[in-house]
Amino acid sequence: MARHITAITDLTTGEIDELITKARDIINHPDRYQDACRRKKLATLFYEPSTRTRLSFEAAMIELGGHVLGFSEAASSSAAKGESVADTVRTVCCYADIIAMRHPKEGAPTVASLHATVPVINAGDGGHNHPTQTLTDLLTIQMEKGRLGNMTVGLCGDLKFGRTVHSLITAMCRYPGVNFVLISPEELKVPSYVKIPLKKDSVPYTQTTSLTEVLPDLDILYMTRVQRERFFNEDDYIRLKDSYILTPEKMELAKKDLSVLHPLPRVNEISVAIDQDPRACYFRQALYGKFIRMALILKLLEVDA
Amino acid sequence: MNIDSINNGIVIDHIKAGMAMKIYDFLELGALDCPVAIIKNAMSNKMGKKDIIKIDSQLNLDLNALGYIDPEITINIIKDGVRIKKYHPELPETITNIIRCKNPRCITSIEQELPHVFKLVDREKDEYRCMYCESKPN
Repeated sequence: MARHITAITDLTTGEIDELITKARDIINHPDRYQDACRRKKLATLFYEPSTRTRLSFEAAMIELGGHVLGFSEAASSSAAKGESVADTVRTVCCYADIIAMRHPKEGAPTVASLHATVPVINAGDGGHNHPTQTLTDLLTIQMEKGRLGNMTVGLCGDLKFGRTVHSLITAMCRYPGVNFVLISPEELKVPSYVKIPLKKDSVPYTQTTSLTEVLPDLDILYMTRVQRERFFNEDDYIRLKDSYILTPEKMELAKKDLSVLHPLPRVNEISVAIDQDPRACYFRQALYGKFIRMALILKLLEVDA
Repeated sequence: MNIDSINNGIVIDHIKAGMAMKIYDFLELGALDCPVAIIKNAMSNKMGKKDIIKIDSQLNLDLNALGYIDPEITINIIKDGVRIKKYHPELPETITNIIRCKNPRCITSIEQELPHVFKLVDREKDEYRCMYCESKPN
């Protein structure tokens, strides 16, 4: 039976650690993996636009020696004719060995997993889950800090609709000594169901509306974009979109070894002047995204390399 | 008012007054060809008024979902005129098409054929969440 990854919780902490170890090995020895997925095909079923996630999945499969097929918007698939996710997936399983799916509606990859005979990876479903972004974030933190526990992690921006934030909280709760600082406007606070793991495992967290107040305490600052597509009301989006902008002046308050992460794309929440700051990790993070997806593809296809 | 007692079958007792028809429809009892009695507004010391459903047949009905509709319901299994089992239905692990997901971002909002499935995530708090988007029922 095919193994599916629709949420980060589908992986144990041990499996996440294995994937991180594998990704680091791929980084150090890319040649060993260049034919690992020869003759295998990845289908990227993207019902909404994406740059990094789709291209990093495709680059990952190509660097493993495999091939890629799929669509990059719903309009160019049979979804435009009203085909259900289940029917599309049943069809794609005839042509591909593994599926990466992005869909604007929450739970679509779960529907896909119920009907797929090949592994399905959730590549983002609305504001819900995005497990490979979380794996990317974890690999980035491991690479930048050399550890995944014993640190203060600030999450800033849209914590209500920001799926990357929800998954990262869930995943990092499992590591010892992590202290979360949740920085957002009142309207974009973390939903209560995301806080359940924090409370259940007695993980310390604080909520604040002020970035500058807490910035000196942080080891990791995870910035997010306020996303227009998550709002039904344009006025709400315009009112909240500029809530937090990270500037060089604010960075002067931060630790010298702070790591600034962002799932990208950014709009204006991180000033471009910070890009040259060695503490800015977000483009390295995009690179790590490819390596962790390579590791995940290998795992789900049960390829030994 | 007298309703004959049953020899072999199921008595669903302590139904909140006015809820019997909902349960009748939910269990699709209208499709049965055995005798089914619906008693509405029966006197009850505990509840004041209650509804009762008597099904005069040994059917293999899945009664667990009744635990979501009303956990105070009592189910009595009758065999040869004797009650052999009496219990309150437990909250089921999953409930299908009893409640609908109202999250406009859920995949069920655009795919009409999908069953609306909720999973029990916290038995102590009686908390269910949509199996697709993890939203609460309301």
